[in-house]
Amino acid sequence: MTVTIGAPLRRKEDPRFLTGTAHYVDDITLPGMAHAAVLRSPYAHANIRSIDTSRAVAMPGVLGVFTGTDFMEYNPLPMAWPAGGSAGLQNNVNTPRILATDSVKWTGEGVAAVVAETREQAFDALEAIHVEWEPLPAVVDAEQATQPGAPQLHENAPNNVVFTWTVGDRDGTDRAFAEAEVIVRQRLVNQRLIPNPMEVRGDVGRYDPASGEYTIWMSSQTPHIQRLLLAAFVMGVPEHKIRVIAPDVGGGFGAKIYCYADYAMVLGLSKKLAGRPVKWVETRRESYGSTTHGRDHITYLEVAAKRDGEVTGLRVKTYANLGGRLSTIGPGIPTTLYGRLLAGPYRFPNVWCEVVGVYTNTTFVDAYRGAGRPEATYVLERAMDLLADELGIDPAEIRRRNFLPPDAFPYRNPSGLGRAPNGAEILIDSGNYEPALDKALAIAGYERLDEAKAEARGRDKYLGAGLSTYLEVCGVAPSKWIGAVGEGWGAAMWESANIRVHLTGKIVLTIGTSSHGQGHETTMAQIVAGELGVPVEDVIVQHSDTQGTPFGYGTYGSRSAAVGGTAAQLAAGKVKEKAKRLAAHLLEASPDDIVYESGKLYVRGSPDRAKTIQEIAFAIDLGFDLPAGMEPYLDETAYYDAPNCTFPFGTHVAIVEVDEGTGAVDLVRYIAVDDVGNRINPLIVEGQIHGGIAQGVGQALWEGAVYGENGALLSGSMLDYALPRASWLPDLELDQTVTPSPTNPLGVKGVGETGTIASTPAVVNAVVDALSPLGIRHIDMPLTPARVWAAMQQAKG
Amino acid sequence: MIPAAFDYAKASSVDEALDLLAADGSRALAGGHSILPLLKLRLAHADRLVDIGGLAELKGVAAHDGGLRIGALTTYRELLDSALVSQGYPLLAEATDRIADLQVRNRGTVGGGVAHADPASDMAGILLALDAAFVLRSRGGTRTVASRDFFRGAFTTALAPGELLTEIVLPPLPAGAGTAYAVQEQAASGYPIAGVAAVVRRSAGGCDHVAVGVNGVADAAYRAAATEATLRGTAGDAAAIAAAAARVAEGVRVQGDIHAPAEYRAHLVSVMAGRALERAIARSA
Ligand SMILES: Cc1cc2nc3c(=O)[nH]c(=O)nc-3n(C[C@H](O)[C@H](O)[C@H](O)COP(=O)(O)OP(=O)(O)OC[C@H]3O[C@@H](n4cnc5c(N)ncnc54)[C@H](O)[C@@H]3O)c2cc1C
Repeated sequence: MTVTIGAPLRRKEDPRFLTGTAHYVDDITLPGMAHAAVLRSPYAHANIRSIDTSRAVAMPGVLGVFTGTDFMEYNPLPMAWPAGGSAGLQNNVNTPRILATDSVKWTGEGVAAVVAETREQAFDALEAIHVEWEPLPAVVDAEQATQPGAPQLHENAPNNVVFTWTVGDRDGTDRAFAEAEVIVRQRLVNQRLIPNPMEVRGDVGRYDPASGEYTIWMSSQTPHIQRLLLAAFVMGVPEHKIRVIAPDVGGGFGAKIYCYADYAMVLGLSKKLAGRPVKWVETRRESYGSTTHGRDHITYLEVAAKRDGEVTGLRVKTYANLGGRLSTIGPGIPTTLYGRLLAGPYRFPNVWCEVVGVYTNTTFVDAYRGAGRPEATYVLERAMDLLADELGIDPAEIRRRNFLPPDAFPYRNPSGLGRAPNGAEILIDSGNYEPALDKALAIAGYERLDEAKAEARGRDKYLGAGLSTYLEVCGVAPSKWIGAVGEGWGAAMWESANIRVHLTGKIVLTIGTSSHGQGHETTMAQIVAGELGVPVEDVIVQHSDTQGTPFGYGTYGSRSAAVGGTAAQLAAGKVKEKAKRLAAHLLEASPDDIVYESGKLYVRGSPDRAKTIQEIAFAIDLGFDLPAGMEPYLDETAYYDAPNCTFPFGTHVAIVEVDEGTGAVDLVRYIAVDDVGNRINPLIVEGQIHGGIAQGVGQALWEGAVYGENGALLSGSMLDYALPRASWLPDLELDQTVTPSPTNPLGVKGVGETGTIASTPAVVNAVVDALSPLGIRHIDMPLTPARVWAAMQQAKG
Repeated sequence: MIPAAFDYAKASSVDEALDLLAADGSRALAGGHSILPLLKLRLAHADRLVDIGGLAELKGVAAHDGGLRIGALTTYRELLDSALVSQGYPLLAEATDRIADLQVRNRGTVGGGVAHADPASDMAGILLALDAAFVLRSRGGTRTVASRDFFRGAFTTALAPGELLTEIVLPPLPAGAGTAYAVQEQAASGYPIAGVAAVVRRSAGGCDHVAVGVNGVADAAYRAAATEATLRGTAGDAAAIAAAAARVAEGVRVQGDIHAPAEYRAHLVSVMAGRALERAIARSA
């Protein structure tokens, strides 16, 4: 079958996932492999007085017990994205070591490692390690941590402040507030979330004493970057000595972007064991302390407006909790990916945002699906509803009045997306927001909600509808903008693709992005198959092994299609060009006269004398008869640095019912009209939207990490951390508008995060709307029955 | 998560099981759905697990004295599949259907759930409302303990060390009684935050049989005596239900946790009580 872009193909990779034959890290067993387990701190904040490993070393099967001081040849982990910009030089970076040496900063920080013949023996030996602790007072709340008298985590960070970063126009915003006809204010908590990919993290490390080379299999979204970080920053070995392989990866949601201590640990342990491979796989409970968390903002929001609903200013102060030490790109998330996007799809003439990044005695925080953009969208979409409520204007109407009009693009937003110090610029390239809003309202029957509300009251329920007219920025680019100090992490943002057409006719595409659930093996094949006019089955996609795939920056930030997909398309274009040159040679014509159509090449006007791309590839690969100067083999690589980001948008509508007696919230309908540009595979696009919505609804209604005062993680397992379940969601009603991105030739944007970004405020807005007859204006998430009931009690007085 | 090493012995008779369980550090293993997680988290310890899972004599549902005998090893699935249960004790069927998920219901046993005595356990509240009795057997002999006297506190029961629960005996439901179970789940675990099981008979003279079991609220499942007394003798109208439901947490210490502070849980259990009573009365013929 020859497909072009737009076909809803079933995913090529699914049979192996669905039949349990995929290979995840924990499925890898190497000859002689030993098993590591990590002793983790039971305290949120403590000094380590001493560690006695003597009993553990003597336990059955134990090959060695190691502590932080055994890994001093490795550096602390890199932090690659300082807040930069207005925050200035950041000289208070504290990142984890392979294992903690003098002190621990959160419950779950690693302090010792056992390697044993079996995993069971390793776990048994953990219990025989004796640590003498000096517990210290802990602080878990980012705002409280900055107050006088709060426990101090790091000497180089007074008041636990990592940075204070600002963006926007302070004076202009102050003026807007001084002149405002109306101001609304609200404190919002965007609670901490714990990423729960189905596959926890884990690694198998192997050191080869003969060559001095290291191989690591890791559950990662960014194998190439991890090789770079491990080589250059942690281990101090040249890049070619490390091979990173991400086998099948069971989800990541951002938490598998980073450089973790266990990578160098398993490699170091393998070296200490003279080359025996070492496996470490976290348990789910362990994961809650050893893998990053997301979100955790406390925000003071102020909106200035005119009485007619026109917004004139936005002022935001946010305390962003970064955890006990910094993760790889922790500081970049609540700054660039948050503050710069606060204006959203609205015409805010003035924005001022101040973000205080804070150390606390909690698991480190980094990007989690949406990364900064859900937090920004939550602030903004709550702001629009608060303003609508204050002015007595319908929430749909207030959005309509403030939308950027279709002729506003390209648009330089006032919260600092635009120009970097080096002149690179990001402009919002395109948009047309009202049609998506209209479509969503029509599907929802927004006009008739009053009847539904009255009907629900008769059943002792409060019904409400909530909107979210989000704007996302994804496919983050270009490298020049990213490279400007403080704008992006210390890396570029281009992507790569290589196509080799084998002698026997199959087309092998290797890519620098790293699928961990997104379906690259299908989507990327569709792009190349469409471009080359061959059956999609003939395009085989390989990825995520640094040996054998071109360097790439990995998969996150909804960038794989827009940036990586374009690289694949460009590589296919190069293949076509070379094939045309050979066809011209064989058919004795000029390359300009060669037509490439549906996988065949022929001289214009003579389609009957066509050669297939496979025949051409065969000839090029053999090289028996090539034109002068042509290299043999059909093997082309493209590197693509996008000129701009992409900007998906849309309108989501949630309809909820709140049980008057219990405060329980039932999501009864959910409508999503998304504009993600052209859809390469609509089936995969919808799957991404479904999952994204579920995750965002999860934050609104159920999920939340809870720490005790002493820093103990009380929501420490799935018994206490509630993840959304399919049966709790209504059938999702999806629709679309299509405004192709002018930024890339595919016209695609990104879809991995839209659902998560849009859905959280839609649901919260719906619950607040439902309870507005009681005078309720805001409830902090998650909107559990207990919280909703408490808010109702308070409102009733 | 990996448990510490333990020994394993499979019993081929109840007597053998009791002999094996007499040793210190031995614990019974039925379906394993409560004990294995505890061992894996290293929150519990066992030197030896005595697998009673193969003991056919402890399985099955049978009619008995106008009521039922349920073998301790009967799984939730087997309860749901039993016509004796679905026809004679709709309350049991209604509540069992919402316990955990398919896999847990296929393996988890009624006796294991009762012996484990999680304060939130659905089965505890149900069996209290049904006036169940538990037959306990040790090497010293057999005794019967009423459900009201069985649940002593969180994870604590009348079972003595080395003693096995062999069967659960249900008296017949009072003719014409209606039953209902109202529950609200904790989102993460699916266990009840508050569950109320009600058995009510309303006849011409008013409500003459009222039994209310409550789980998830206090440190052990309990019978709501004040609620029962308040409703008994009334016409079972809305005002009587409300008055009775309001007293459902009387005399107990309502627990609070990160999901439901005590104040909320106390309110919630009264809402659940109202709903269970209302439905039970509506079903009473
Ligand atoms: C995912 C999950 C969700 C759950 N959700 C719910 C829920 O919503 N509601 C609910 O009520 N329960 C729930 N449960 C608990 C479940 O009901 C119990 O785990 C199960 O019934 C225990 O039975 P078992 O046969 O597996 O017991 P085991 O785990 O084998 O034993 C439990 C304990 O009882 C002892 N024991 C077992 N049998 C006997 C006996 N005959 N005599 C004396 N002692 C004995 C054991 O020594 C052990 O201490 C859930 C469990 C899981 C795993």
